[in-house]
Amino acid sequence: MNYATGSRARAVGGPIFTKTVVALLLIAALAVVLIAVRFALGLGATTAMNDGYAWGLWIAFDVVTGTAFGCGGFAIALLVYIANRGQYHPLVRPALLTSALGYSIAGFSVLLDLGRPWLAWKIPFMFWHWNPHSVLLEVALCIMAYMLVLWVELSPAFLEKARDSGSATLRNFAERTLPILRKSMLWVIALGMLLPTMHQSSLGSLLLLSGPRLHPLWNTPLLPLLFLISCIAMGFGAVVLESTLSSRYFGRSAHRDMLASLGGWILPIVSLFLLIRVVDLVVRDQLGALLALDRYGTMAAVEIALFAASIVMMRSQSQRLRLGNLFRASMCLMAAGTLYRFNVYLLAFQPGEHWGYFPSLTELLITVGLVAGEVAAFIVLVRLFPILEAGSSTTKIDPSPAGIGSTSPTA
Amino acid sequence: MGISRRFALKSVATAAGTALARAIAPAKADAYERVEPADDAVGMLYDTTKCIGCKSCMTACNEANNLPYDTRGESAGRWHMPFDLNEYCKNIIKLYKDDETGEQSFVKRQCMHCVDPACTTACMLGALYKAEHGIVRYNADLCVGCRYCEMACPFNIPKFEWESRAGKIVKCELCAHLVAEGKLPGCCEVCPTGAVIYGNRAELLAEAHRRIEAEPDRYVPHVYGETEAGGTQVLYLAHLDFEKLGLPDYGDRPVPQTVKTIQHGIYQGFVAPVGLYAMLAAVMMRNRRQQSEEDTKDEG
Ligand code: SF4
Ligand code: SF4
Ligand code: SF4
Repeated sequence: MNYATGSRARAVGGPIFTKTVVALLLIAALAVVLIAVRFALGLGATTAMNDGYAWGLWIAFDVVTGTAFGCGGFAIALLVYIANRGQYHPLVRPALLTSALGYSIAGFSVLLDLGRPWLAWKIPFMFWHWNPHSVLLEVALCIMAYMLVLWVELSPAFLEKARDSGSATLRNFAERTLPILRKSMLWVIALGMLLPTMHQSSLGSLLLLSGPRLHPLWNTPLLPLLFLISCIAMGFGAVVLESTLSSRYFGRSAHRDMLASLGGWILPIVSLFLLIRVVDLVVRDQLGALLALDRYGTMAAVEIALFAASIVMMRSQSQRLRLGNLFRASMCLMAAGTLYRFNVYLLAFQPGEHWGYFPSLTELLITVGLVAGEVAAFIVLVRLFPILEAGSSTTKIDPSPAGIGSTSPTA
Repeated sequence: MGISRRFALKSVATAAGTALARAIAPAKADAYERVEPADDAVGMLYDTTKCIGCKSCMTACNEANNLPYDTRGESAGRWHMPFDLNEYCKNIIKLYKDDETGEQSFVKRQCMHCVDPACTTACMLGALYKAEHGIVRYNADLCVGCRYCEMACPFNIPKFEWESRAGKIVKCELCAHLVAEGKLPGCCEVCPTGAVIYGNRAELLAEAHRRIEAEPDRYVPHVYGETEAGGTQVLYLAHLDFEKLGLPDYGDRPVPQTVKTIQHGIYQGFVAPVGLYAMLAAVMMRNRRQQSEEDTKDEG
């Protein structure tokens, strides 16, 4: 397989400012205005966050959930480059783009959320002040580095466009850069798998410090493991969503067979999550709390049920080959992962009875606006650059659903 | 081919698994190096049985720290009336009252100056740090306002300047600036009944036990903070369950223990991440080589 070039991806072309894009950009513009208000008035006046719930929607959704959706690139890379399933290669670029955008939004949201964002540069540069025990420091550094890695991994798409462009300078630059990228890409991609392993698990470790104030249904030393496993499943969900929508709007192949087989890889991963989640509850003697079906038990049960439902929907290759079904399963998976993260960060966290949190309109609209901007950027970029594979896929697909550890008959 | 793929998956899974096992195993084995209070650790001892709820210490705290009074809300600009610790309040006297039993008690809340603090473990650049005498201090120059300290502190102590556009963290620093001049912390200076006193932690602890021994009927026979959450430098004596006063039974396990053990297990000497990186790269190279061999075969 080819890491940097030789992709059969083609720019979709067509008009940039379609009605959809304009509508999305208008929503994003509203967010830009509100962001200005947030900086003018401060966090207290514009958000519902408080000294009890010091982290709100922006951290729980934009960062913790958004980057998990952005793990599509990570999940596909694991499959293509480590499990050596080169046939899934057409999924790589669009997944990378989704990831790069998702992570960029997350990084931006952090800047909104910080009380003193103009000091954020100190985090990467003042290394002599680094606190080796701070999980947040690790998360911050990893996410910054991964953002960079994602755009580098995606850069061949932009360079290919430059190579085919009219400008001699651009062409020159691309022709000189592409071979270098091709040679070094392996190391970048490996980094692109190491970094998410580190920080996605650490997003779970973050709340280990809040342990004493975390509801026992979620307070387990296995938080990092559960966050890591579920991010792969959520990333897969995002890839299915993106593929399905791309096929609908751009008439490109939805790569149905590929997604279905990919689902075969995800199935054991989701099952593993569920197994660990439930065994952990049993071992820590929390089944009673779950079955109490109070506010906490119910939310935990819904979260577990959503994971289980996605497993049922994806149980066999024939089920997965029905695109509508696979799509629903993926939505279910994304919802499950989102709920799990919200549960840990907002519901399980208990600063005391007299504190409460529900996001303010400003917080909500900014988040919605950022997502709208992200979707608009995706549409524009796939129209301009070779991201999606042209026409319907002719790649031969391994017909049997591949499970983890199964061997391939293609040799 | 089939075998090598299996090998590839296995080796990566093993690398990841080893990292995890290393992370979880020591958590069980309790290899955690407990932080002991320094010999010169200072602190405060607060005794609910002596507190009359005059709140002099609250205003004294604002005076000592140049902090404006919190006259928002119902006080309508007239009194210092914070609802809880907040950006204008580093020290608060709360009242616990049970109408049925008639039990009541005041309780003073401020930073506990933990021996092994969650807040300093959380803070990325060490804006919150353990300073001289074990006082947990704050350096705004290194604070980005992430508020992770608020999420981490088991006692809900650090507060954020929500009303500011450059929000900093506000919390009791044991009046380190006064202590350095040989003065008493604001609250201890003004307390008319000696309900809160300042001193060397070891001496305060001895004093607390002396009081319990002298008047066993007066106190719950326990000094809160002696071991709680790994020990705190502010100690409490009470005549009611500490839990009722908002001082939960956290056991004596330091709050940072779990996360430090796991992080240490995974990241010690960066062996596991570097190993995993090398493994990922090696597997990819192997895959690539096989691929090109296949391609040549196909063409030939
Ligand atoms: S009470 Fe909270 S703020 Fe004070 S030292 Fe302990 S963890 Fe830090
Ligand atoms: S808000 Fe400031 S003091 Fe608190 S953890 Fe973040 S950087 Fe440290
Ligand atoms: S030691 Fe100083 S800052 Fe802390 S509560 Fe007392 S007066 Fe306030």
